[in-house]
Amino acid sequence: MQLKSDLPQGTLDLLLLKVVALGPVHGYAIAQRLEQVSRHVVQVPQGSLYPALHRLENRGLLAADWKETETGREAKFYRLTGKGRAQLETEAASWERLTEAVALILKLSEGGAE
Amino acid sequence: MNWWQRLLGRGKMEEQLDKEMRFHLEQHANELMASGVSAAEARRRARMALGGPEQVKEECRDARGTRWVEDFWQDLRYAMRMLRQRPGFAAVAILTLALGVGASTVMFTVVNGVLLRPLPYPEPDRLVAVHGHSDNWKAELFGEQNVAYPDFLDCQRESHSLMLAGSLFNGGTISGSGVPEYVDLQQITSNLFSVLRVNLAQGRAFLPEEDRTGAAPVMILGYSFWQRRFAGRLDAVGASLSLDDKRYTVVGIAPSGFRLRDSEPDVMTPLGQDTAKFLQSRGSHPIGVVARLQPSTTLAEAQAELNLIGRHLAEQYKDTNADRTFVARPLRPDVGRIGSTLWLLLGAVGLVLLIACTNVASLLLARAISRERELAMRVALGASRGRLVRQCLTESTVLGISGGVFGVGLAAFGIRPFVALWPGALPRVEEVQLDWRVLLFVLIVSLLSGFLFGLAPALRAPVQKLEQVLRGGGRGVAGSSRRLHSCFVVSELALAVVLLVSAGLLGRTLLHLSSLNPGINIRNVLVARMALSPATLADPAKTRTAWKEVLERARRIPGVQSIATVDTFPMREGDNEQGYWTSADMPPTNELPFALLTSVSADYLKVMGIPLRRGRFFDDHDSLDTTPVIVIDEVLAQNAFGKQDPIGKRLWIPEMGYGSNMFEIVGIVGHVRHWGLAGDDQAKIRAQIYYPFSQLPDSFMHRWSQLMSIAVRTEIPPLGEVASLRSELKGSAGDQVLYEVRTMEQLVKDSLALQRFLLLLFGIFAGLALVLACIGIYGVLAYLTGQRVPEIGIRMALGARPNSVIWLVLRQSLGMILAGVAVGTAAALAAGHVLHQLVEGMQPTAPSTFLLTIPVLTAAALFASFLPARRASRVDPVIALRQD
Repeated sequence: MQLKSDLPQGTLDLLLLKVVALGPVHGYAIAQRLEQVSRHVVQVPQGSLYPALHRLENRGLLAADWKETETGREAKFYRLTGKGRAQLETEAASWERLTEAVALILKLSEGGAE
Repeated sequence: MNWWQRLLGRGKMEEQLDKEMRFHLEQHANELMASGVSAAEARRRARMALGGPEQVKEECRDARGTRWVEDFWQDLRYAMRMLRQRPGFAAVAILTLALGVGASTVMFTVVNGVLLRPLPYPEPDRLVAVHGHSDNWKAELFGEQNVAYPDFLDCQRESHSLMLAGSLFNGGTISGSGVPEYVDLQQITSNLFSVLRVNLAQGRAFLPEEDRTGAAPVMILGYSFWQRRFAGRLDAVGASLSLDDKRYTVVGIAPSGFRLRDSEPDVMTPLGQDTAKFLQSRGSHPIGVVARLQPSTTLAEAQAELNLIGRHLAEQYKDTNADRTFVARPLRPDVGRIGSTLWLLLGAVGLVLLIACTNVASLLLARAISRERELAMRVALGASRGRLVRQCLTESTVLGISGGVFGVGLAAFGIRPFVALWPGALPRVEEVQLDWRVLLFVLIVSLLSGFLFGLAPALRAPVQKLEQVLRGGGRGVAGSSRRLHSCFVVSELALAVVLLVSAGLLGRTLLHLSSLNPGINIRNVLVARMALSPATLADPAKTRTAWKEVLERARRIPGVQSIATVDTFPMREGDNEQGYWTSADMPPTNELPFALLTSVSADYLKVMGIPLRRGRFFDDHDSLDTTPVIVIDEVLAQNAFGKQDPIGKRLWIPEMGYGSNMFEIVGIVGHVRHWGLAGDDQAKIRAQIYYPFSQLPDSFMHRWSQLMSIAVRTEIPPLGEVASLRSELKGSAGDQVLYEVRTMEQLVKDSLALQRFLLLLFGIFAGLALVLACIGIYGVLAYLTGQRVPEIGIRMALGARPNSVIWLVLRQSLGMILAGVAVGTAAALAAGHVLHQLVEGMQPTAPSTFLLTIPVLTAAALFASFLPARRASRVDPVIALRQD
């Protein structure tokens, strides 16, 4: 398992919630979408994907149904619950606040060096 | 899905998990194949990307949050399997624990029932007892002081924070239909049942208007009396009964188990109907008072109010109430001094339980060491240390709980016989039963003991030197376990020493006490309380004649040597204590020395066989018209007069109430152990004064006659005279009754009953401890020697003789035994101190006790270690060296 970049603690849950928020989706598709969207900058090891999904499901943030895929196979589709949507919103907001603050500090330090 | 669904729907979840993983892998492989990768290679890459489906599944299972339950279940089944595989080990361990837990449970059940359970009334914490308090009253000598009836009435009327109810203990003769019977009577206020919130079993409580002089006589029956006299018939309510020649109508039946001051009254009458003079006086304090706090008032508020009432009364009635106050305290069951005995026994039984735990711990440890390889294998396969500790603790907890279950079983069967064995009456005995508190106790004890003896083996779970353990098969790493094992043996022996020495001390004490001279000749003496015919009690002259007649009639019975009347007799059957002084110039009452006063008839000395030291005893010349006289015992003579001759001197007894409270001493008699063989030496009041019944003025006749007993010296075994005494003394109306008939021999024996009972129990505990400790030392040595078989084989191959091998093993055990005895001796000295504090008449710890008991223990322990030693000496070197 080579990581291109470490995923900051706790962000995996946020990413998963976001991906699932786009519509019901099964585990393999989530893995692929994460890979595409993050353009290979961060790699989520597939092994840690499922425990994270199950944890979110047990916390009631995700729900799951067994449905047929377009190829006619049965797969477990995850979807966002109301609770999950609320969680996504708070976490996304706090993430944005955090990144803005971090960016601000980084700029300050450059200014200070000049 | 919630937690419970996840826990219970495990099978379905596993299936779905598997399906999800498979879907992922196949999907990935399909895509790879679509891009031209070969099928085998595609599957390989897909698996690589996912990173081992089993590990992923394992992590998903962790995410469910039900893991610990599943692990616990697994450990539990494993523990059961291990126990089933070794039924012998399991049986010994569980039996040992069951004995320990069972014995502790029995003791705790008694402690719980007698000391811990609240009073059996609704909202018992709102009930208080109200006592009188004055500086003259020595509560530490006489117990709490009761309240004068007029004072009680004032408090009851004026208090807004308390509902007060009172009761007065009395007695009387029930006559009329059936055999006349002397009964316990409680005179109660009409609100007593409502204050306690007790509902009557039948009928009604007294009405306020019945609680007055001149109201129609009514009566409530105690449940047992109702069952006895009326066989539980419902028409008892409304029936009419004659108590001391006065007809009463029964209006109600108290519920079963209803008690006042820890005794069930036979009958109850309204207190307010009694016209006795002492009830009108503020100077005598006979009323026991209970009260219930009014809603939303506190004890402190009630106390403040009582203080105020007390102060008002003190101003109003300076003669009687000058320094008198009233004290409210939470109402507690009256269990006397039994508490310390119970805690002592619970402590002793706790020691037995500790020994049992230690025993099982050493058994488990030995087994843990032989399982070291298995545990090392588990660690090698990825089990964490915490997981192994949990598994070991689960095993010991299973043992602990099974021991507890069997223990509760033992206790359930054992509790009734144990209570029946208790000497005398165990207070609150009806409360002694298995309840939730007891079950909680057992649960805690079982879990705790399981934890205690499981911890040592669990913490030994190997994590370091894995490789060594796996290769060496446990040999050569026994060093630390040997130390731990020795620790167990040492503490077991130490505990056993404590119990053995305590039993020895009790035995010595009992021997010493039994050899004491009670001060009377106890052979062939019968004592019984006696109630005269109620008709005679009304008239003092008739009462005097009636008592004379009793003495004369009894004297004529064949086999009766002598007879006397007496109000309180030895072995603490009642007592009357008063202050005295040797001159009229007296210090304040509370600084006076006290003595026991006994009113007797002329032949008392002859009946009891008390030696006359000097002067004379009473005779028929001592009458109302002659100088009031008394006879004192040696102790008072010594205390008050030292070397002077007391004969002809005078004593002033301020509370006596006749003869100007001044008495001439006419004789000195031997001291009698009034407080029992055990209690007399430490008793606070030992000095004794006898005064003649014949000199008591008329006003005393009624009260004294109610308290009177007869003592009879017989030529034949005294119980053989009971029938003829009863028939000869029943009086012309046939309503004079003898009750509480006993022999002095019984009473003396009973005065040591508690000591004897403690000795019996400590003997049993000590025996149990000895056996358990020997089993423990045997088990440990057998195990340790077993570990050393290869070493012994080498020694023997090199020429060691069997005797030196035996010595090798015995030396090891001797070290442990000596350490155990040393620790135990120190602890036993402390235990002896505790016993001295708690048991009456306890002899101080003497070296002889240690010299007698410790060799017994050492011999038993050596014997237990000799068996493994001999086995070791018979090791065949060839076989031993070939082992592993």
